Amino acid sequence: MANIKQLKSQYQQIVKSHSPKNNVLRNSLRAFWVGGTICIIGQALTNVYMFYGMEREDAKMLMTVTLILLSTILTALNVYDNIGQYAGAGALVPITGFANSMVSSAMEFKKEGYIYGLGAKLFVVAGPVIVFGTIASVVVGIIYYLV
Amino acid sequence: MDIMEYVRAFVVGGAICVVGQILLDRAKLTTGKIMVAFVLIGAALHALGLYQPLIDFAGAGAAVPISGFGYALAKGAIEEVGKEGFMGAFTGGIKATAAGITAAVVFGYLAALFANPKSKA
Repeated sequence: MANIKQLKSQYQQIVKSHSPKNNVLRNSLRAFWVGGTICIIGQALTNVYMFYGMEREDAKMLMTVTLILLSTILTALNVYDNIGQYAGAGALVPITGFANSMVSSAMEFKKEGYIYGLGAKLFVVAGPVIVFGTIASVVVGIIYYLV
Repeated sequence: MDIMEYVRAFVVGGAICVVGQILLDRAKLTTGKIMVAFVLIGAALHALGLYQPLIDFAGAGAAVPISGFGYALAKGAIEEVGKEGFMGAFTGGIKATAAGITAAVVFGYLAALFANPKSKA
């Protein structure tokens, strides 16, 4: 009887050591430094564009466009998904994660054609983001108009 | 070069991502829902006047996370209402974010056109 109990606890230890750990602290640290680094790149791009004479608002807009371009290229090269595996929300939450979601969902459906495959599946994740973002902006605008 | 500007961007941007990570790990939200939630939170915080101070403090640290997209949408709507009146509520948001959305659609389509998924080819 004691032997069975011992075996059971040994088995549970083995299961524990092989099941994936949901390590919130480790994941958060990874999300923090990768997400923070993407923001540093964004800040550096903004400063470079302003150095070359752009207005702050224009520089920020071009920075966003640049980050989106970099993200789509890295996604196409299958690099961004590896960053995402490591960094979790650190790669998801920045605007680069938004661009990544468009490319990665679209390229999976390429064989469904260039119009309904690529054209539609770009918006699997981005669609809801744009829909709710647009609704929110209209609501905020109307409230601001009324108040 | 102001090094503190980069430190603030790093810390604030990183912290916003940690909030997303906790939602991912603890609340088990899907990635799409997290993005939608961040956009809505960014728009709401700007409407309450709370996101602009964060942008002023952290620069890209607050603008690069997707909550900054919500902020830009709400800011565009408010500014356009100020300039154009009621119709501004319908034009301002998309107008302010047009460059980002257009870039994502155009670059995204082209990238997906040339790319091949690693595993499910």
